[in-house]
Amino acid sequence: MNNFGYHRPASVADAVKALGGSGDARIVAGGQTLLPTLRARLATPSDLVDLRAIAELKGIKAEGDGITIGAMTPHAEVAASDVVKGAIPALAYLADHIGDRQVRTLGTIGGSLANNDPAACYPSAVLALGATIRTSKREIKADDFFQGLFTTALEDGEIITAVHFPKPEKAAYEKFVQPASRFALVGVFVAKAREGVRVAVTGAGQEGVFRARELEQALSANFSPDAAKGVKVAAGNLISDLHGTAEYRAHLIPVLTARAVAAAK
Amino acid sequence: MADTGNPTGIGASVKRKEDFRFLTGQGTYTDDIKRPGQAYAYILRSPHAHAEIVKIDTARAKAMPGVVAIFTGADYDKGGVPCGWQIHSKDGSPMVEPPHFPLCKDRVRHVGDQVALVIGESLAQARDAAEAIAVTYKELPAIVSTADADKPGAAQVWPDAKNNTCFDWHLGDKAAVDAAFAKAHHVTKIDIVNQRLAPNAMEPRAAIGDYDRATGEYTLYTTSQNPHVIRLLMGAFVLQIPEHKLRVVAPDVGGGFGSKIFHYSEEALVTWAAAKVRRPVKWTSDRSEAFISDAQGRDHVSHAELALDKDGKFLALRVSTKANMGAYLSTFAPCVPTYLSATLLAGVYTTPAIYAEVKAVFTNTVAVDAYRGAGRPETTYLLERLVEKAARETGIDRVELRRKNFIPKDAFPYQTPVALQYDSGDYFSTLDIALKRADWAGFEARRAEAKKRGKLRGIGISTYIEACGIAPSAVVGSLGARAGLYECGSIRVHPTGSVTVFTGTHSHGQGHETTFAQLVSDTLGVPFDSVEVSHGDTNKIPFGMGTYGSRSLAVGGSALVKAMDKIIAKATRIAAHLMEASAADVEFKNGEFSVKGTDKKVPFGQVALTAYVPHNYPITELEPGLEETAFYDPLNFTYPGGCHICEVEIDPDTGVTQVAKFTAVDDIGRVINPMIVEGQVHGGVVQGIGQALLENCAYDNESGQLLTGSYMDYTMPRADDVPSIDVATHNTMCTHNPLGSKGVGEVGAIGSPPAVINAVLDALLPVGVKDITMPATPVKVWQAIQSAGSAKAAE
Repeated sequence: MNNFGYHRPASVADAVKALGGSGDARIVAGGQTLLPTLRARLATPSDLVDLRAIAELKGIKAEGDGITIGAMTPHAEVAASDVVKGAIPALAYLADHIGDRQVRTLGTIGGSLANNDPAACYPSAVLALGATIRTSKREIKADDFFQGLFTTALEDGEIITAVHFPKPEKAAYEKFVQPASRFALVGVFVAKAREGVRVAVTGAGQEGVFRARELEQALSANFSPDAAKGVKVAAGNLISDLHGTAEYRAHLIPVLTARAVAAAK
Repeated sequence: MADTGNPTGIGASVKRKEDFRFLTGQGTYTDDIKRPGQAYAYILRSPHAHAEIVKIDTARAKAMPGVVAIFTGADYDKGGVPCGWQIHSKDGSPMVEPPHFPLCKDRVRHVGDQVALVIGESLAQARDAAEAIAVTYKELPAIVSTADADKPGAAQVWPDAKNNTCFDWHLGDKAAVDAAFAKAHHVTKIDIVNQRLAPNAMEPRAAIGDYDRATGEYTLYTTSQNPHVIRLLMGAFVLQIPEHKLRVVAPDVGGGFGSKIFHYSEEALVTWAAAKVRRPVKWTSDRSEAFISDAQGRDHVSHAELALDKDGKFLALRVSTKANMGAYLSTFAPCVPTYLSATLLAGVYTTPAIYAEVKAVFTNTVAVDAYRGAGRPETTYLLERLVEKAARETGIDRVELRRKNFIPKDAFPYQTPVALQYDSGDYFSTLDIALKRADWAGFEARRAEAKKRGKLRGIGISTYIEACGIAPSAVVGSLGARAGLYECGSIRVHPTGSVTVFTGTHSHGQGHETTFAQLVSDTLGVPFDSVEVSHGDTNKIPFGMGTYGSRSLAVGGSALVKAMDKIIAKATRIAAHLMEASAADVEFKNGEFSVKGTDKKVPFGQVALTAYVPHNYPITELEPGLEETAFYDPLNFTYPGGCHICEVEIDPDTGVTQVAKFTAVDDIGRVINPMIVEGQVHGGVVQGIGQALLENCAYDNESGQLLTGSYMDYTMPRADDVPSIDVATHNTMCTHNPLGSKGVGEVGAIGSPPAVINAVLDALLPVGVKDITMPATPVKVWQAIQSAGSAKAAE
């Protein structure tokens, strides 16, 4: 790990100021990706702006037709929250299956979304549920937020403050783990809402999380496991690696979608 | 030496003495040791699999803050790391032994090869400086594939090793085998890949070199399974330091699995550098470094053929194997695919004629050497897959085919056609016990029930033998070992009757501090808590060959028994003197000496005190004191064996294999601590399941880069990957050592992989899959199902 300046602002405004005031500053939220990266010397930021002391970024509350989760809320808190479990149990389940206990204690929803790892779990929930990402500047719709591997709509100096999830009729998340890392080799989040069915897939796309439109159409017409199983997903834009070929991932997407549909509540 | 019912004696599941220390964080591992004035080493390693070093510029790095010294291959003026075992090829020529200098002189030969040693006031400063070293490489084509290494056009790793061949060896009677094949009723053929594994001991390697200018003495603290072997190899062959000026300490060591047997060049580097910079120098590997510098395991590619008569009796076996040595010859690498593998090809069967060829090849990969089982898992996997396939092809029930060919219980000692003489075993009984415990008979009902749930359930079996208790020195010497393989033990009885045990074996997870204390406490009749076991320091222990090859109890324990025999013989004479009796009339039992036929007795403690306070003592006949040392050289290998049965359930939609049930029934001879035995079997089986389903050390064929260089891609087994394992023993005694023990450290890893894969193939039989390679990962199982499906559709 190389030397860097360390800042621990107490408000979002101060954090934004700290980010702007230095050469190559990075935000540290839960640090579950950034710290190993620093230790391996794969990133050498001039400054770290630690968001942990900002009270306004924490917490879960019911809001309007859904729930709002503060950006610095750790996965374990989402997993244990009665508010989340009551409104969107699939989201609590997802949070409860990220990484291991240590990761869930420190890792945050805001950090996960800003990082947009192609195998992270949260992006699939945000995209499938049609959530809204609130930042220090604006509100961003899920469909506009994810822009490719480790790339989002966030601008320099822009900080995620919270995520608002509308309550679906039913939803479920099915994760098929990469055996070594236990990240998602393929993760499918299915949400059935008034507006229709949305299916978001993580772990499999070369450009990160994506919506599986062919599955959404099939399930909008007939929300049943069999309808999902009957869909063929093209392998063309999917990842091939040591743990799974693109064809294997393409095969798993409808299989997991069918399981999610069966489990949705 | 039977189970005495003593709660801390032989046969009792005593909780491990060492665990309080380990579980409360009070162990002392090499990295915990901090010597006064200690500096920190960072090793700059090659990012390329194969390249010429054109230029190394250290000027900028040397000027960085906190830099103590930087050394490159040009600075290193001592010897290379030697190989401890020499194999001769079929034509009588010795194997090719390339030099292995701790710092590369002009060429790097694998990713991770050592280019520069940077010593700093802190590790961070050393690492900063290493990043400032400018190395100009000229990249060369690399070869990593075992199967392709000797083919025309492959990149050449060493100029002297034509076609990358280290040796081309054989064993057995080729003519007899050919003749038997000519008469065969049926021949079963199989191609087997035993993939490369990374050992992954929990504690990464570390080494501290220390040099005392006043006395000229060197001390090396290191994560070793055998400190005396390191002293011998490093002192005599690499740095030319005589034994009396070199102390090697292997303190608490957190797991080895073989990977800490070998003398590593980092050990020589820090010891050499300590004298150069006149300060202690510490190096600690991190996990990523371990993946590219710890010797790896397995990596064999084989073709095997089994000839059977019309009744299913095995007539002959021939095997041709290529074994990957990596870029350098690690300490025991050449003996793993040869004398630790091919000699086991008879297995538990009466196959009368066997011929094996082994070609060892160099590649641009990390060196390969012994890893838990070392050669025996490779042979067992090959043999048990082959026998299973023969059963499928001939239509003979797979259990019956094994029974038909077992060496009968009354045939021991049994001479195999591949050099070994088995001393004891009871294969029919271990099989029957395992079949019963695993409810083999009830399996089809479980398969049918699983089918209703959409799952493919399979059951697999492996009946195996291994050779351990390494080893009779004269035998291994004649086979190419450059060391003896006896063991040394000392018993020091203190004046108050407590005992310190000095063993040349080394405990790095095996629980010797408990097992050996049980053995000594029970034999001498002193309380368990009055016995302390010391190991791991060449200045404390007279000598030792260390711990590997499941040898510690069978060989090291036997040395302790011999030393205790001497203690008891001397103590008997002292007791006789005290009781004014003839030594011939004195017997020793339960810690008491008594005169036969009288009520005269003296306790062991009083004899000990008398030995050190010899006021009333046969001083003209006996020296005072009560301390004895024994060296024990085994008469033969020991032959643990048994039967492993695995049951799996496969989800055909995803290819995921779940191990539903695992039964291990092993014959390991005398058991001292059943709980520790069970733990050893658990650990071994989990590693075997790891090899069968999860682990693979994969290199990129083009670039030679390691693709599985961290736990993000290298799949270690986790608790939820394994079921609760059913462990039982059915023991026949080893006939040639005083304990009757055979060894248990490796059986789990040896017997289990073929049981798992045979179960996977049994599950996949209904969908037409006939072969699969390890690890049977979900994607591979799914692909196999798809290919079998399309093959069926095409028919």
